[in-house]
Amino acid sequence: MSNLLSKRTMIMVLSCVAILFPLVFQNMYLLQLLTLVFIWSIAVYGFNIISGYVGYLSLAHAGFFAIGAYGVGLLTTKAGLPYWLSLFLAVVITALAGALVGVIALRTKSHFFAIYTMCVGVIIYLLIDKWDSLTGGVRGLIGISAPGNIGPITFDTLTSQYYLALSFLALTIFICYRIVHSLLGRTFIAIRNSEELAKTIGISIMKNQLLAFTLSALFAGLSGALYASFIRFIGPQISAITVTFEMLMYLLVGGIGTLAGPLVGTLIVISLTQSLQFLEEYRMLIFGPVVVLLVLYYPRGITGSIETFIQKRKQQKISLRKEEHEVKRDVEEAG
Amino acid sequence: MELLFQQIFNGLTIGSVYTLVALGLTLVFGILHVPNFAHGAFYMVGAYITLMMMVGFGFNYWIAIIASVAVVAILGVVTQQLIFKKLEGADGMRMMVAAIGILLFLEAFGQFMWGTEYYRMDTPYSSVVNLFGLTVTLQRLLIIIAAIILMLALHFFLTKTMIGAAIIAMAQNREGAFLVGINANQVAWLTFAIAGGLAAAAASLASPINLVFPTMGNLVIMKAFVIIIIGGMGSIPGAIIGGYLLGLTESIGATYISSDYKDVIAFLLLVVILTAKPTGLFTKGVQ
Repeated sequence: MSNLLSKRTMIMVLSCVAILFPLVFQNMYLLQLLTLVFIWSIAVYGFNIISGYVGYLSLAHAGFFAIGAYGVGLLTTKAGLPYWLSLFLAVVITALAGALVGVIALRTKSHFFAIYTMCVGVIIYLLIDKWDSLTGGVRGLIGISAPGNIGPITFDTLTSQYYLALSFLALTIFICYRIVHSLLGRTFIAIRNSEELAKTIGISIMKNQLLAFTLSALFAGLSGALYASFIRFIGPQISAITVTFEMLMYLLVGGIGTLAGPLVGTLIVISLTQSLQFLEEYRMLIFGPVVVLLVLYYPRGITGSIETFIQKRKQQKISLRKEEHEVKRDVEEAG
Repeated sequence: MELLFQQIFNGLTIGSVYTLVALGLTLVFGILHVPNFAHGAFYMVGAYITLMMMVGFGFNYWIAIIASVAVVAILGVVTQQLIFKKLEGADGMRMMVAAIGILLFLEAFGQFMWGTEYYRMDTPYSSVVNLFGLTVTLQRLLIIIAAIILMLALHFFLTKTMIGAAIIAMAQNREGAFLVGINANQVAWLTFAIAGGLAAAAASLASPINLVFPTMGNLVIMKAFVIIIIGGMGSIPGAIIGGYLLGLTESIGATYISSDYKDVIAFLLLVVILTAKPTGLFTKGVQ
């Protein structure tokens, strides 16, 4: 109970900090950075659903991110649709693409799945890169519209975009929280731990995996759509496999298969990269070995390791209490 | 008709390179049981080392290749001993992520050491020869011949030597190999050395007709994945057939269908194959 309370207060404090941040710090650079962190986090949360909870390494994630981004970009610039409708359509299109890929890809297992999704990612990249007349090819798409007004609320300042990204992130985390703490989340974990076992207790593997994969594509699409309207320029590079690897790194640093992991990892890695600007090109010289070391020694990342630590301490406390109890009983019996 | 023959010849050239890369990948798959994503980075490092030996130290092309093969073979052994050995028995996801970590590091290392420029590799074999009415550069001919020699050498090594047989045994049945007392560690590092060496040789042979740059390994390795899925993971004849098949399909497709989309062919091929047969072609038993 006390743990739940402290967890709840932690979340409250963090949300307050996030909400008050732009009011206290008028630093444009930091705001821009945090907005990007929030946007990327949404994609990493999607990644976490399929790769963290269901245990399937999906390497097409940047592809779905790009579908969302190009969806918004093309619908607003070429089709001239209003922003919010475009955003909605882009997310729906990405989710549909995810479902379509998932139906076929999920028939393959473990490394076949990784390679299959990698190929899907490469196909998406090559299509964006070569389909000049639609996507603008290597030149990319310029002049994507910023988020449109909702009634009296406008999104033309950085602060308002910050809040927009923050609210979408909060929504994403809330959905993930509800999923993980429901039967569905348990089902996902059961599939990760043993597909055969899950099957024997009557779990429909395909249906649940497909749901997870579609959800993960949906979040990637949402993140991509927000990214496109925030940066307002996109190129084929956003669908490259390196972007997927980058998201994988965020997830791994934060903690794969944990709820706080995606946000923690994205925040840490992006802020570290930004503060080591001179390293920009060579940051993987550090992060590559970090990924390997994490896999070797801390496969559950920062959040996972903290959780394990807390659990261990709790168990120690319990066993200590037990010992005390036994000593007392012994004394009483002796007395 | 002459165009077709020309394209078949080009296909054989590219196919030779793909095959050498895929052979290493398929051998390592027998040890790790997951695809080694870092293999493409070995390929890239191999090309740069050959180039460095030639330009920096003024070595002869062949000596440079031998040096590069040795260096990348050692690099393979180091990654196996330091990383993959410790992950033995871990789930596939962790191995794949570790391999990705190595790939990210090596790519950044390549950029750091040699910059992002595109380099040409000049060899003494750029002259044009006439072969049965086809005009071909000597380098391309050399690639095909060298690849065949390497494949034959690998074949004899795997079938005629004790240690080669041990590698095959490990790939076929791990427990059985342990039972008859095969030294798993020795087999593992040796396989990584061979795979690294093959990747370096392939890169050094292919670089004179392509260019050398930090991300040169990416597309090649992804195509090698396609090949080993077509040929069956862990299968050596499969990798050879798949490699040449893909090379020919690509070069003929580039001429007769679209050169813009020639890279898509490989991946579409794979998507179609895995859609029809989720465990890959020529897979024995249940994976």
